[in-house]
Amino acid sequence: MPEILKAPLVLEFPFTRSLGPVQSAFLTGLRERVVLGVKTGDGRTLVPPVEYDPVTAEEIRDLVEVASTGTVTTWAWNHEPRRGQPLDTPFAWVLVRLDGADTALLHALDAPGPDAVRTGMRVRVRWAEERAGAITDIACFEPYDGDETRQTSGRSGEFENMATGIVAPARLDYVYSPGRAQTDYIHALSEQRTVGERCPSCRKVYVPPRGACPTCGVATAEHVEVGPRGTVTTFCIVNIKAKNLDIEVPYVYAHIALDGADLALHGRIGGIPYDQVRMGLRVEAVWSEGGRYPDHYRPTGEPDADYDAYKELL
Amino acid sequence: MSKEPVAVVGIGQTKHVAARRDVSIAGLVREAAQRALDDAELTWADIDAVVIGKAPDFFEGVMMPELYLADALGAVGKPMLRVHTAGSVGGSTALVAANLVAARVHGTVLTLAFEKQSESNAMWGLSLPIPFQQPLLAGAGGFFAPHVRAYMRRTGAPDTVGSLVAYKDRRNALKNPYAHLHEHDITLEKVQASPMLWDPIRYSETCPSSDGACAMVLTDRAGAARAPRPAAWMHGGAMRSEPTLFAGKDCVSPQAGKDCAADVYRQAGIADPRRDIDAVEMYVPFSWYEPMWLENLGFADEGEGWKLTESGVTELDGDLPVNMSGGVLSTNPIGASGMIRFAEAALQVRGQAGEHQVEGARRVLGHAYGGGSQFFSMWLVGSEPPAS
Repeated sequence: MPEILKAPLVLEFPFTRSLGPVQSAFLTGLRERVVLGVKTGDGRTLVPPVEYDPVTAEEIRDLVEVASTGTVTTWAWNHEPRRGQPLDTPFAWVLVRLDGADTALLHALDAPGPDAVRTGMRVRVRWAEERAGAITDIACFEPYDGDETRQTSGRSGEFENMATGIVAPARLDYVYSPGRAQTDYIHALSEQRTVGERCPSCRKVYVPPRGACPTCGVATAEHVEVGPRGTVTTFCIVNIKAKNLDIEVPYVYAHIALDGADLALHGRIGGIPYDQVRMGLRVEAVWSEGGRYPDHYRPTGEPDADYDAYKELL
Repeated sequence: MSKEPVAVVGIGQTKHVAARRDVSIAGLVREAAQRALDDAELTWADIDAVVIGKAPDFFEGVMMPELYLADALGAVGKPMLRVHTAGSVGGSTALVAANLVAARVHGTVLTLAFEKQSESNAMWGLSLPIPFQQPLLAGAGGFFAPHVRAYMRRTGAPDTVGSLVAYKDRRNALKNPYAHLHEHDITLEKVQASPMLWDPIRYSETCPSSDGACAMVLTDRAGAARAPRPAAWMHGGAMRSEPTLFAGKDCVSPQAGKDCAADVYRQAGIADPRRDIDAVEMYVPFSWYEPMWLENLGFADEGEGWKLTESGVTELDGDLPVNMSGGVLSTNPIGASGMIRFAEAALQVRGQAGEHQVEGARRVLGHAYGGGSQFFSMWLVGSEPPAS
C-alpha cells in the first residue's frame, strides 16, 4: 500500500477591522502614549475598554486615562516565542492591572527569566519607537522599581487623526493529509488512470473516492477504474478570470460523468469552441506533462449521449 | 404536554450597505438588537438567553465571535450560544431560539445573525487551495451556474426568466429602506444587458456583498400578551441537511429541501402551499433559484415553477408574492441573510412591512439554504396564534 500523502498547508488572510468609537480612542491613545480605560455604570474602569457595560449592557463611552505603570496579577513564562509574538526572546505573558484600572490587560513582560517574574511585581509600559494606533504600540512591559505613579495627562479620548481600523492577519499552519482513499486516487492519476471506489451497500461508484459512502455511511474499499471517456452532464461558460487561475476566458467549466462513475467530477472543456459545448457531449481526458490532474477534457467525436442516459448524474 | 406557542414580538435590522466602517462588529450587532428590543418595548434585562449565528469563521477571522459579543448583546450571566450552518445559518439560528421558547426552557430569547463582508473575503473563504486537490475552476457563481443550466434543460424554461426575477427583486428593494441595493434607474433592459459572468448567470442576477445584522425577539404566549404591537406566530419550523455531493443528489431540487418544507407544512396544517400560503421570502442568491425553489417548496409542480415567475404571480402585487424585501439579490450579509428572510415573513404577517407590505398577508413562509444546497431551514409564521 502506498504511503499516505501529506503536505504543509498554510492559510492566511489579512482581515481588516473597523474599530468603532471606543477601540478607536483606545488605539489612537496608545499611538499618543496614553492608555485609556472606560468607566462602567458601577464606577469601575475597564482596561482595555469595551463598548458595552458587562453588567448593565448599556452603551458606555466615558473614557478616562490610566497610568502606564501597574501590577502583574498573574503570568506564564513563554520559553519559545513564535512568529508574530511581541518579543523574539523568551518572555512572560502577563496580565497587568494598570494604576487606576480595575481590570487587567494581557501583554508581554520583558524579563531575564521566570525567576525574575512574580505576581504582584510592578511594571511599566515600554512604548514602541514607531506607533501606528495598534496594540503593538505597547512594545511590551518592563520591570519598574519606581514607587511613584506617573501623573496622567487627563486625556479623554479626543485626538487628531483618529485610528479607525486595524489589520488583523490570521494564519493557520498545519499538515494536511488527504487520507487513504484520495491517496490511492492520486497515485492512479499519476498513471493517467481514474480509479474510484464502489460502495458495498448501494453499489454506487464514487470518483474521487472518499473512503466512505456519504449516503450509506459505510467504508468503501473496492477499486473501480472508470472512464477514460465520459459525458458532459451540465456546464457553465466562465467569462471572468478567477484569481490564482491562469486560464484564458471564456472557457467552459463542466460536470463530467466518466463512464462507470455514479457522480460527476469537474473539469474544463477544450478542443472545441466554448459556444459549441453542450450537455451530452462525449469527452475524454487530455493530460499535460507532469500534471497531477487532466489538463482538460476534449470531444471524442462520438455522438452525443442521450439525455436520459445522464439526467440522474447532473 | 404540547409545545409553547412562539411569537415574534420584536424585529430589528441595520441598513445593509457594502461597508459599515463606522462600527465594530459589536456595534453592528448592537444596532440590530437594540432596534428589535425597541420594537418589542423590552430592555436587556427582559431577555433570558441569546442565540446568534454567522457564516463560517474564516470569513471574518474571528474564531469565536460569540465570546467577544457577549457584552454587546447583554448576554452576561445568561446562556448564549452560536449556530453554524453556512449560508442557512440565519434561519437555523432563529429556529434554535424558537425551540428554546417552544420547549419552555426560556420565556424570551433574543436571536441575531450578522456578517461584515467588507472586513473579510467570502470568496477566499470558499475556495481555499488544498494540497493535491484540483482547484475549483470557477467562483461561487460557477459552482451554481451548471445547476441553473440543468434546471433550464429539465424544464424548458425560456432564458429570460432569470432576468425577470432580478428585475422584480431590485424593484421590491426600492420599497425597503433597509435593503442594500437601491437601483432607482433599474429597467428590464438593463438587467438583460448586464455582462454574462458564468453563462447562464449574468452579473445583474447575482447577489451583492453586504455588511449587516438582523435580530428578533421571540417569546411565549405570556410575552406576546404583553407586546405593544401585533405578534407573528410560528406555525411550523424545520431544518434538514444532506451531503454536499453524493451519487443521486438532485442539485436542482434537493431532497432535503422538499423534506424540510413538507415537515413545516405538516406542522402548520398546510395542505396546498400554493393556496394556503400568502407570500414567500426565500433565499435566492442567483435569480434562477426563485423558480427552482418554487418547485422544491411545492408551490409549483416539477417543471412549472418558471411559469409562476413569468406570468407575474411572484410580483409584489401578484397572487403569490416572492421576496417582497428585495431578497438576497438586493441584500446579502451572508450570515444574516437567512434571518432577514425569516424576519421579513414575520414583518408581513404583523402588517409592518411598510411599502413592501402584502395586503392581507396572514401566512408567510421564510426560507434559507446554505452550503452546496445542503442545509435547509424554514419557518411558517401567521398573524394568528396556532390552533393548539
